[in-house]
Amino acid sequence: MHQDNIVRESAASMIDIGKPVIDIENLNLTFQTPDAPVHALSDINLKINSGEFVSFIGPSGCGKTTLMRVIADLETPTDGHITVNGMSPKDAREQRAYGYVFQAPALYPWRSVQKNVMLPLEIMGLSKTEQLERAEKNLALVNLEGFEKKFPWQLSGGMQQRVSIARALSVEPDLLLMDEPFGALDEITRDHLNEQLLRLWDQTKKTVIFVTHSIPESVFLSSKIVVMSPRPGKIIDIIDCNLPRDRTLDIRESPEFLEIAHRVREGLRAGHSYDD
Amino acid sequence: MILGTLVLWYGGAIYLNSDLLISNYERKNVEWSAEKLVNDAWSMERPILPAPHQIAVELNKTVFQKKITSKRSLVYHAWITTSATLLGFTFGGLLGILLAVGIVHVPTLDRSLMPWVIASQTIPILAIAPMIIVVLGNIGLTGTIPKSIISMYLCFFPITIGMVKGLRSPDVLQMDLMRTYSASAAQIFWKLRVPASVPYLFASLKVAVAISLVGAIVGELPTGAVSGIGARLLSGSYYGQTIQIWSALVVASVLGMLLVYIVAVTEKIALGRMGGRT
Repeated sequence: MHQDNIVRESAASMIDIGKPVIDIENLNLTFQTPDAPVHALSDINLKINSGEFVSFIGPSGCGKTTLMRVIADLETPTDGHITVNGMSPKDAREQRAYGYVFQAPALYPWRSVQKNVMLPLEIMGLSKTEQLERAEKNLALVNLEGFEKKFPWQLSGGMQQRVSIARALSVEPDLLLMDEPFGALDEITRDHLNEQLLRLWDQTKKTVIFVTHSIPESVFLSSKIVVMSPRPGKIIDIIDCNLPRDRTLDIRESPEFLEIAHRVREGLRAGHSYDD
Repeated sequence: MILGTLVLWYGGAIYLNSDLLISNYERKNVEWSAEKLVNDAWSMERPILPAPHQIAVELNKTVFQKKITSKRSLVYHAWITTSATLLGFTFGGLLGILLAVGIVHVPTLDRSLMPWVIASQTIPILAIAPMIIVVLGNIGLTGTIPKSIISMYLCFFPITIGMVKGLRSPDVLQMDLMRTYSASAAQIFWKLRVPASVPYLFASLKVAVAISLVGAIVGELPTGAVSGIGARLLSGSYYGQTIQIWSALVVASVLGMLLVYIVAVTEKIALGRMGGRT
């Protein structure tokens, strides 16, 4: 449908055109369920370059989370081709190429904040000093200095999710996969964390893939928005979002912002029209 | 609550012991009044139901007045039973955890082992206990070991059930997280499954420690053991020494409560260190 968009490089206006990080061609995924097979992903074609902030947006059941899980090697595609950092997702996972932030913080309740952040580092077999150093650095990045010894239940939902972001960052991956990380938070906390995330992206030059179903959130954060529709899950539009990298929340009132938001909404509507 | 129990108990002692007393009075042609009946009912030498103060006196005599090394000291007997209980509890804990780890990690064991574990618990322990004692006695094992094996036989079950549930308690997200770190099976076991199972383990341990005490006492009954709480119960019933039986029962229940309490305190400390909201 929008084949030209997919192939089109996000040319001049992109600040950071790097090498391709994700390359997906004709990818399909069908879940075998007891009653009928579910076509979760249909003919997905997508390229993501390093340094991009890409949002997957769409209604529930459009396969955005599944697509992210395929990239993370938590699901195996039925057919098609995918590379992460030029290798198979499995190899990329084994080399710990990405950090994954889930919908829920998924902190281990028996570990303190600091120990939670150190969990992946322990598994990687880093030295104790290195573990402590990285935990301190990344907790500072998400503004959680002084909470090292607290346990997860002593923290608010937003703080817990920040710990889980620090945990993902502590692996020091070039690629950050975020699956509706702020979905369960109130709007004020969410705005605040969005700003923090944007600054983080700007500072660290990481590639971020972000799943959301909020239009303003996707436009505010992204350099590229992938609009998806359900049954079967497929990409219906890829929109470049060329707002400046150091944007603030105020930008949400600007005409450019509203124009992009409008196009995203149109895309989502188009995906739904033949369905209801 | 305690007061109510005492009132019921004293009343029960009069009711249950009066038949015996009245027939006694009539045989000896003794004049008797209600007051005399009550007094006698509460001070018989071999009552059907001894009154609480009689048990208290007996307890005082056998717990505090005797040297603890004496064969007449209940402390000595309680210690004999406790040592068998603790040994059986340790064996049972290890066996229970081992079985659970096997069941969680090996699919074949999951399907093949569970029916056996459950079947083992449907056999009445009183039927199998003498068999175990006889078989072990034949290969030269006597004393504490056979008793603790019966104790283990009873108490591994709740631990297996609790630990299987505990080791499987991590949710999908917690497991996925480990996968994104490409953690090894051993790392998933030690860093996720084991800590997640600790609360379940302690819940099972509390049940198991009480059961293993029962197991140790039951293990003393069919052997004609000369020492241990079970032996006191046995000799008491041979000679109609109901007061002795009741005081042994009191000691057994106090012991049981003490053991459960120790487990509970350990639990509190362990979970406190693991960030529990105490």
